[in-house]
Amino acid sequence: MRHGKYPLLLAFLLPPLALYGYFVVSPYAQSFLIAMTNWQGLSPAYEFVGFDNFKRMMGDEYVWNALLNNLWLLVLLPLLTIALGLFLATMLNVGGRGGRSTVTGVRGSALYKVIYFAPQMLSVSIVGVLWAEVYNPRSGLLNSALRALGLDGLAKVWLGDPAYAFWAVLAVMVWANVGFYVVLFGAAMQSVPRDIYEAAALDGASRLTTLVRITVPLLWDTIQVAWVYLAILALDGFALIHVMTRGGPNFSTDVVGLRLYTEAFGDYKWGYASAIGVVMFFVTLSVTVLSLRLTRRERIELS
Amino acid sequence: MAQSDLNRRTVLRRAAAAGILAGPAAGLLSSCALGDDTSGDTSGKYEGTKSDKNPLGVKEDAPLDVVIFNGGFGEDYAKAHEAMYKETYPKAEVKHSAVVEINKELQPRFVDGTPPDFVNNSGAGQIDQGGLVAQGALAELSPLLDAPSLDVPGKTVRETLLPGTVESGSFDGKTYILNYAYTVYGIWYSTKLFTAKGWEYPKTWDDHIALCKKMKATGLAPWTYQGKHPRYMSWPVISTAIKFGGPQVALAIDNLEPGAWTSDAMKAAADAWYQIVKDKYILEGSPGLDHKQSQTEWCKGNAAFISCGSWLENEQKAVTPEGFNMAVAPTPSLGSGDKLPFTAIRGTAGEPFVVPAKAKNERGGMELMRHMLSMKGAKDFTGKVSSLSVVSGAADGITLPFGLTSAVKALADSGSNGFNWVYNVYYRKLERELVDAACGEFFSGRTTPAEFLAACQKGADLIAADTTFKKYKRNA
Repeated sequence: MRHGKYPLLLAFLLPPLALYGYFVVSPYAQSFLIAMTNWQGLSPAYEFVGFDNFKRMMGDEYVWNALLNNLWLLVLLPLLTIALGLFLATMLNVGGRGGRSTVTGVRGSALYKVIYFAPQMLSVSIVGVLWAEVYNPRSGLLNSALRALGLDGLAKVWLGDPAYAFWAVLAVMVWANVGFYVVLFGAAMQSVPRDIYEAAALDGASRLTTLVRITVPLLWDTIQVAWVYLAILALDGFALIHVMTRGGPNFSTDVVGLRLYTEAFGDYKWGYASAIGVVMFFVTLSVTVLSLRLTRRERIELS
Repeated sequence: MAQSDLNRRTVLRRAAAAGILAGPAAGLLSSCALGDDTSGDTSGKYEGTKSDKNPLGVKEDAPLDVVIFNGGFGEDYAKAHEAMYKETYPKAEVKHSAVVEINKELQPRFVDGTPPDFVNNSGAGQIDQGGLVAQGALAELSPLLDAPSLDVPGKTVRETLLPGTVESGSFDGKTYILNYAYTVYGIWYSTKLFTAKGWEYPKTWDDHIALCKKMKATGLAPWTYQGKHPRYMSWPVISTAIKFGGPQVALAIDNLEPGAWTSDAMKAAADAWYQIVKDKYILEGSPGLDHKQSQTEWCKGNAAFISCGSWLENEQKAVTPEGFNMAVAPTPSLGSGDKLPFTAIRGTAGEPFVVPAKAKNERGGMELMRHMLSMKGAKDFTGKVSSLSVVSGAADGITLPFGLTSAVKALADSGSNGFNWVYNVYYRKLERELVDAACGEFFSGRTTPAEFLAACQKGADLIAADTTFKKYKRNA
């Protein structure tokens, strides 16, 4: 009877594994090979050039500039998204002070949940097009609103100015992602026993103290997961930036993914583009491992 | 616990092990993305007998595989050309496909050695032309160019083309690309606006600045530009420099000569153009607008001038107000010392068509080009898509829209003084990325003319020093 399980298991496991191997693992493996060549992607001709592509990358100021932007994203995107997500989730779930002894969210929290989560339902390209219009310096929503409020001095060229373009894109990334983490953190907060919050409230703890001293430690596992996801997202960022700025103005919003794309599909340097991809593979891998290691803490048992 | 050896954990562990094994195995089984050198066998091409009626020696019943870019021009014009081909070779089967992303569709076929016989390599997904030529992926077109024209008696195909057409598709003296649509690049304005205000298009730089000043006083922004694609503004700057210093200026840039971008002519041009930045003659917010947004601001009458090619009229069709009557004009002359007259304008052939080197029916591909380049085929194209073709005189007698009519006139006035440059075709990256970024900084007022030219020169030097770019030279 026991042996009868294997054919069934294999029947279920092998097709997806084969698909995964063919469509994911195999291209990955091939890109390591291509990274060692000068293949230009339009003919079968190529030569092995060893580590030339990697050496070239060391001296490519545009790749370094893009990597630096990715590193800024790596620091800022998780930090801002998680901070904002935690704050909003707290307000929606335990921030209410209306009732006497029950712990609830602020009034209208059900509506806010829908609003925060809405961007999650839009595809990245739609988000990009939408915000490119919002940031339109002449007729965009943002500048129009600022002018309507009499804040003409704050109206900027946004995506056309290297001083603001990066921050404008970062804001969109946070906006597009925070809704998911509000829901994620909210769900985790539901599993925190109510009496802990009630006790804190009875002891007169402020909302901030409750957040820092109770919510964050109890949600640490979830935050850790969020951190890793957002870090991977920050090292990519390609789709949104490709739609919104294409890395401009003057490379101020360039990211490594966009460099890779331009080298491959713009200049047909597939060997070099693959080398960039290989480096990014290791960078992403190390960042993931590192952030899991660095954020490791004692788990707090709730019961 | 009879099942202890098959709990969730062991299944996962075994699955992972299987995955590690399956990976390389799948890699070996699948054909590698790099392709297979033996598949690109060049023998087995379709070849027929050459005759007066069939100067290229097309095999009459050989199938013809045609891929068209389905963009601004649509695909109907191509179907008409294919129908002409079928009329000549009724036994041939023409396979027509129209795609939007040429690179994604065709890159694998180029690598595989099984490309189509005829490709309209255009659009945002255009395959890098310098790359195609450098990798020997394209057939040389001299048999076509030296063949007699289909319906212009006594002339070869080459002799029926507008000046500069062959050169625009030539690399080191060999022609690989047929650019079929003729594009005029200049400064566009609304004749309706100018007539209403009693303004005249300025022929000299001083007149231009004086008019800008007048415009600004009335609350109208004199200029706007495609802020997210600032390379559009490199065109009037380089044009001004060429008119000031002669065609040598463009030759030096195309040949990546040291200091080509910092020549005296380029300095004079950049200094002149800096004035519209310095005196704030550019519509506020322009650097943050993309091409559609800025061109729409211009169509709405919020700015008077914009730099563009003659596709502008078609591109803006939906938002251009009735009676706007756009017209194109050359860049103003810097002074009486200019080497070229005011009427000299940049005209060049665009919209590339190619026959892949490994096309099975290479002769058929060129024969289809010969049909396109017939007077009948070219007239049909101009009538269908409202664009000029490279066939000389093919627009005669066709009613063209206002802007295109002005482009035809500008070309005629320019005559043999017309000029062009091709560094953007040789080295896509230099224009699309490096000069583009430099223009963005310059026209937003963040760099001086000297810094702007230095940034362009730095880009050119970068390409010149990079051995992975195949270099091309032209003599005239």
